[in-house]
Amino acid sequence: MKAGRSVNKRRDLLERLTLQGPGLVYLLLFMAVPICLILIYSIFQRGQFGGVVFHATTDNFTRALDPVYRGVLFDSLKIASITTVLALALGYPTAYGIARLPKRFRTTALLLIVMPFWTNFLIRTYSWIMLLNSEGLLNKALLKLNIIHTPLDLLYTQSAVILGLLYGYLPLMILPLYASIEKLDPEIREAASNLGANRFRTFLDVTLPLTISGVLAGSIFVFIPSLGNFIVPELLGGGKTVMVGNLVRDQFLKARDWPFGSVLALVVILFVFVLFAIQSKVEKRISGGAHAN
Amino acid sequence: MGVTYFFLYVPIIALVGMSFNASESPFTWNGFSTKWYGVLANDSTVMKGLTNTLIVAFTSTFLATILGTALAVGLHQYTKSAFLNAFALAPAIMPDIVLGIGLLALFALLSMTLGLYSVVIAHVVFSMAFVSAVVKARLSNSDPALREASMDLGATRSTTFFKITLPSLTPAIVAGALLAFTLSLDEFVIAFFTNGPATPTLPIIIYSMVRFGVTPEINALASLLMLVSFTAVIGAQRMTKLAEAR
Repeated sequence: MKAGRSVNKRRDLLERLTLQGPGLVYLLLFMAVPICLILIYSIFQRGQFGGVVFHATTDNFTRALDPVYRGVLFDSLKIASITTVLALALGYPTAYGIARLPKRFRTTALLLIVMPFWTNFLIRTYSWIMLLNSEGLLNKALLKLNIIHTPLDLLYTQSAVILGLLYGYLPLMILPLYASIEKLDPEIREAASNLGANRFRTFLDVTLPLTISGVLAGSIFVFIPSLGNFIVPELLGGGKTVMVGNLVRDQFLKARDWPFGSVLALVVILFVFVLFAIQSKVEKRISGGAHAN
Repeated sequence: MGVTYFFLYVPIIALVGMSFNASESPFTWNGFSTKWYGVLANDSTVMKGLTNTLIVAFTSTFLATILGTALAVGLHQYTKSAFLNAFALAPAIMPDIVLGIGLLALFALLSMTLGLYSVVIAHVVFSMAFVSAVVKARLSNSDPALREASMDLGATRSTTFFKITLPSLTPAIVAGALLAFTLSLDEFVIAFFTNGPATPTLPIIIYSMVRFGVTPEINALASLLMLVSFTAVIGAQRMTKLAEAR
């Protein structure tokens, strides 16, 4: 006997609650609430012994705009941006190359890209300490080849930090790029060149716009972790290169000024939202454009 | 393209190579030796860290797989809302430092003493999102008719779930679980903020090692960890291949 419609609806609801409920509640409690806490704490003050005193103030925000902190924020954005651009420069040709490989090699090629990513981030960063140190392998090699005569000061510079971030997050750029490029119809490129476009124009006007969602996704996956990172600046930047992540970590674990740390963290959160807003706007335009044609 | 592979693998090769260095310093080569692997095996701090990490990884993966799979199925069957779907995936994209400090703030507010269990709670948050994503991807390629047919034939929703839906998702669930496990094993930042001082996880110990003592023991540890991760990744890869073959 088939049950009535309202019984079915009730059973649907029950299944829906049982399946979605635990997960959603868990995320609400342990993701949404913590982030709200950060938002809330940013307008309050540090208590005498490190707690939070619920005394509203905008002091933390003004303090964050202080030249010292402003400089760090600016540096962080700069470093994250350069890393992202380099990742694109290196990643796009790689993703393209993999997409053009015969099918049977592609999975292995991708796997090889991802494997370094599955090793511990700290260790991967440490390997650059080994390589860039003045007694390290890179300098030794350059000295042996007589390209330089005294060891280069590579470590503990901003460039070292960029290099470390690039190394850590490059696979995250390549994967979405590959996914996007792989979907391209090769006939479109043929059509473009048949119509007289040279390879450069074809790339600019046809290939690039069609893969823009991969470019955006990859860029976000590199930019955001780079922005909030504190491991690489600490290990590869010495004390000289300080990023937002280091500040946040110091405020939360050393200075115990959680409200101020929250304000700094807000910058990172802000960028997450801004970037995603940009991405969804672009995605909408793409699908809107497809419909328009 | 070759440049990229070169760039990605030179540090790794150097790392592994140096683990066999007989000298104390990772900068000067002094002959081949496997002694650092021996030192590693006898290092009780590292062993404790490894145990802690494994406890966290197994527990969080177990919980994350259950929550994540249920969520993915529930969302797939009942929700079109872009918001909820994005909410389920958000932990994967949220910067780890933000999650770390947020959870620290929450735990402090609840006056919880930090320990391995707080790390487990934290790890489930992002692991769940990854399991969800993998299972959901598999679900969007699946045929809704199977479930409809099952219920038309009189099976209840729960029977259908356990006897039809879940079995067809097994490869995706396993792949998601492997992914969650590997992520938890290596996770540093969130553990750093949510862990208690008495029970460091392996990445936290590695952090101290890298900052203070620099001997090839770290290289040996790195090489072994890489081996484990590679095996897990290949395992997940095989699982996904199995899923596609069906």
